[in-house]
Amino acid sequence: MKTGPLQAAFLVSQRDLRLAFRQPSQLIQPLLFFMIVATLFPLTLTPELSRLRDAAPGVLWVGALLSSLLALEFLFRDDAMDGTLEQFALSGQSLTWMLFAKTCTHWLLTGLPLALAAPIAALALGVAPAAIGAVVASLLLGSFAMSLVGAISAGLTLGARRGGVLLSLLTLPLAVPILVFGSDATQRAMMGGDIAPPMYLLAAIAVLGVTLAPLAAAAAVRIGLE
Amino acid sequence: MGWAWFHRFGSPPWIYGFSRRWAPWFGGLAALGILVALYGGLVLAPADYQQKDAFRIVYVHAPSAMLSLAIYATMAIAAAVGLIWRIKVAHAAAAACAPIGAWFTAVTLGTGMLWGKPMWGTYWAWDPRLTSELVLLFLYFGYMGLRAAIEDPQKADKASAVLAVVGVVNVPIIRFSVDWWNSLHQPATRLLGESDMDWAMKWPLLLMFLAFMLYFGAVMLVRLRAELLRRERNASWVREVLRG
Repeated sequence: MKTGPLQAAFLVSQRDLRLAFRQPSQLIQPLLFFMIVATLFPLTLTPELSRLRDAAPGVLWVGALLSSLLALEFLFRDDAMDGTLEQFALSGQSLTWMLFAKTCTHWLLTGLPLALAAPIAALALGVAPAAIGAVVASLLLGSFAMSLVGAISAGLTLGARRGGVLLSLLTLPLAVPILVFGSDATQRAMMGGDIAPPMYLLAAIAVLGVTLAPLAAAAAVRIGLE
Repeated sequence: MGWAWFHRFGSPPWIYGFSRRWAPWFGGLAALGILVALYGGLVLAPADYQQKDAFRIVYVHAPSAMLSLAIYATMAIAAAVGLIWRIKVAHAAAAACAPIGAWFTAVTLGTGMLWGKPMWGTYWAWDPRLTSELVLLFLYFGYMGLRAAIEDPQKADKASAVLAVVGVVNVPIIRFSVDWWNSLHQPATRLLGESDMDWAMKWPLLLMFLAFMLYFGAVMLVRLRAELLRRERNASWVREVLRG
């Protein structure tokens, strides 16, 4: 029986999940990093909650972005080193689908835990409990969009020396819209405003990312493997 | 009527000859245009009733700002052509565009800061236009950084081409998001009402646009030639060209 593209994607995702849970340090590190960044801001800005509250959306979103950048390094690198990506490309299956599955799994392992852990950091930064739901929702959408955008840069830097810094240099400008809309949603939620407009825009970016990013990532990975 | 004329554009020796013939013309016309426009802008045009003489920085600022975006688009189109039809010259052209575009972006930011000091009382305001220009500069740096970090030139060409195309999809979104972001904090700052400009102020600006484009053409042709020589250094046509 021939394996279809969806089935192949499912198998890839299953493999990545299994590998990740056998090496949990990679899962925990980005999360710890996010928590440490959130701790550093009160230490450097001010311990007063009333003033921290103003900075909270920025701290949460920049922290989330930095931690997702940190995690992006693991997205393709190991599989490129041991030849797994090459096998993917030669398998006759759609590389686009497989990379999309990898990216989604990566988000499940990094973005999802981060969004779920964000309430702790948000409460510690003085965000009102009523706004926490919106913080989690916007981070869920935003981190998914970041993973998709990041997959392109992770693919592009496969063939590069000193990939780490370059990966950040490529991803940060592309992530500007996600940061703007995400922190705007958080800010609105904290002020009790309507978060629908920035959430729709975040969702639009995520949809655009789902449509185009796997194609670009597959093209980038193919170039890197040549 | 065949497509032969079009295929010439894909041939390095032909482009090399073309750029050698035309670069001086572009450069000469650009120099002439810039001199006339500077005289028109700095001497002939009347001072602005609000901004006094400080407005004259627009004659450098606005054309650089337009070119910084136009060059990015040119670069992305060249990169896409190179990626789709596998034309080496197109990749070389994209590579030649990047540093020029980054310079124009830097000039836009520099003149914008100089203009900001008398107008806003500060060198840097988080104005949406300045901010998206800054992000554009980072995009150029990313492009050049990626190109520099990949050793194999063909891989570098293709990878940076993908990045340029991704960037071009993203530039309008970034621009929109930055506008959205700033409209929360302060009303959008209009640097210049374009429609109610006096003709005496306008013609030097239009001429400057044209002259800057010619200047871009000249520098780009020279850079392209250098790029072609570097890439094709083992080809026989280079030996012939350099001997004769």
